[in-house]
Amino acid sequence: MRERTFAPSRLLIYLVVSLVAAAYLAPLVVVVLNSLRSNEEIAQASMIGWPQQWAWNNYARAWSGFCVAETCAGIRPYMLNSALVTIPATIISTLLGAIAGYAVSLWRFRGDNWIYGIVTLGLFLPQQMRLLPWTIVLRDVGLINTLTGLVLIHTIQGLSFTTLFCRNYYVAVPHELIRAARIDGAGFFRIFWRIILPLSGPILIVTVIWQFTHIWNEFLYGVTFTTGQQQPVTAALIALSAAIADIPQHGVQSAAVIIAALPTLLIYLLGGKYFVRGLTAGAVK
Amino acid sequence: MTDVVATAARPATPDWVRRLPEYLMIWVPLLLSAAHLVTFSLWTIWISFTPSTLVPVTGWVGLRNYSAVLVSRNWQIAFDNLLLFGSAFVLLSLMTGLLLAILLDQRIRGENVLRSIFLYPLAVSFVVTGTVWSWLLNPGIGIQKLVHDLGWTSFRFDWLVDRDMAIWTIVIAAIWQSSGFAMALFLAGLRSVDADIIKAAQIDGAGPIRIYRRVVLPTLWPITITVVVVQLQFAISAFDLVRALTNGGPGIATQLPALVVYDLMFQRSQLGRGAAAAVLMLLILLAVLLPYAAWRYVRQRRTTHA
Repeated sequence: MRERTFAPSRLLIYLVVSLVAAAYLAPLVVVVLNSLRSNEEIAQASMIGWPQQWAWNNYARAWSGFCVAETCAGIRPYMLNSALVTIPATIISTLLGAIAGYAVSLWRFRGDNWIYGIVTLGLFLPQQMRLLPWTIVLRDVGLINTLTGLVLIHTIQGLSFTTLFCRNYYVAVPHELIRAARIDGAGFFRIFWRIILPLSGPILIVTVIWQFTHIWNEFLYGVTFTTGQQQPVTAALIALSAAIADIPQHGVQSAAVIIAALPTLLIYLLGGKYFVRGLTAGAVK
Repeated sequence: MTDVVATAARPATPDWVRRLPEYLMIWVPLLLSAAHLVTFSLWTIWISFTPSTLVPVTGWVGLRNYSAVLVSRNWQIAFDNLLLFGSAFVLLSLMTGLLLAILLDQRIRGENVLRSIFLYPLAVSFVVTGTVWSWLLNPGIGIQKLVHDLGWTSFRFDWLVDRDMAIWTIVIAAIWQSSGFAMALFLAGLRSVDADIIKAAQIDGAGPIRIYRRVVLPTLWPITITVVVVQLQFAISAFDLVRALTNGGPGIATQLPALVVYDLMFQRSQLGRGAAAAVLMLLILLAVLLPYAAWRYVRQRRTTHA
């Protein structure tokens, strides 16, 4: 239980835990090693092996050299696309969610419970139910196959999560604080700016990490609403492996996979505690 | 609101004009979000009753799209796969998560590092996970090739290209990706068990295994239900992972509902049927979520009334 018992059973615990940890790490290790092996070396042996010669140039080729379809610019343009979608959508949806969460939890207005209830349904509605309407709407407003279109989608959809996160955090703020400020004549924005925002550090970090990870990793909308040079990196990775299936270049592909996964992995390493908090907050809803 | 009275004396700027920015900031995002959820759902439902193919058209075909989807081999395989994948994945990731949580709860060294290792796959996209596992499980270049090269040439691990076993490759990758989630929730649950109850059980002479079975685990069942529902929700709408790992193949052996929807809508230009398949997905999801919502409602009432 929670006391240190005698050695053999604890040895078993460490053994099992280490084995499982190795299994969880193995795919990452394999890909990192592959990203440093030449395509020829991998083709001769298997995907799993130690580099005979360190092929550092895989990264350079993955970043800006190899060809997807007709263009040979590596995954750099797609990484840029993902950044140009993820960063604005994360910032806007977080800010709007914070304001909405504050309005719903502390300001209160007529119909707030209703509209909040509907907005949180967005956590459950499958993307497939929105695919056709988004296609039609984006086409009508001229945003199909644009990064702006993806920013719009992720902002509106993200609101369900950001509003929920912030609202659940703000309900714990004492109402007296708001009431006192209102008696002093402070308005909606002034209270938000002076009282709510300074309290919001942790929840804003949780929300930003959650949104960034989700939008960066999103695939279905990227592949449905954009083509060719406008695609985010997740969609480009799929296009890449389809395009070079005939002559596999596993070394370069591994490097591309690592590059594509790096932003969210770094965020996880830096803000793991907040990442986990977002996970559990998203689950308990 | 209260300050309406206070500002009524100043007729120069009416109250609602002065407060327009805040109304806009509150209502526009919330209304856009709520409106898109409601109208888009109704819109898709409506399309599912029309004879739309390449473009949405008006008209009424009743349930014809639904019956067409339901009798198609594609959907039937997808549905069978969902049942198998959903139950296997949820059960195995629950067990893995619970085991890891219990082990990590033993005051072991390096708990933080281990927890980070079990959780990092959640930060990676399903596309990356699917791609990497498609390499590892590919018999020509992955684990099977490695074992062959090591000398055991009769070794076989070719589920990825085996029609009957391919769905299990998705189970493996999905467990790798998200059993850490179950672990995180279970661990939080274990840590919140009242220490006094455990101490009392120890004083009564109960051993560690007995305490787990009789005292600790029974407190975890609400968390278990939450984990099951969240994981089922993922299983029902799984798309990226399958797209990257098997793309529904070999043949259509690993087809899942989300792939059928995408295929009908954007590859076969059968918008009406695609919408019908999407609505069917929603119904499957509701079959999971509605009982869950009811359960939570009853539980909440019971705790507030107790």
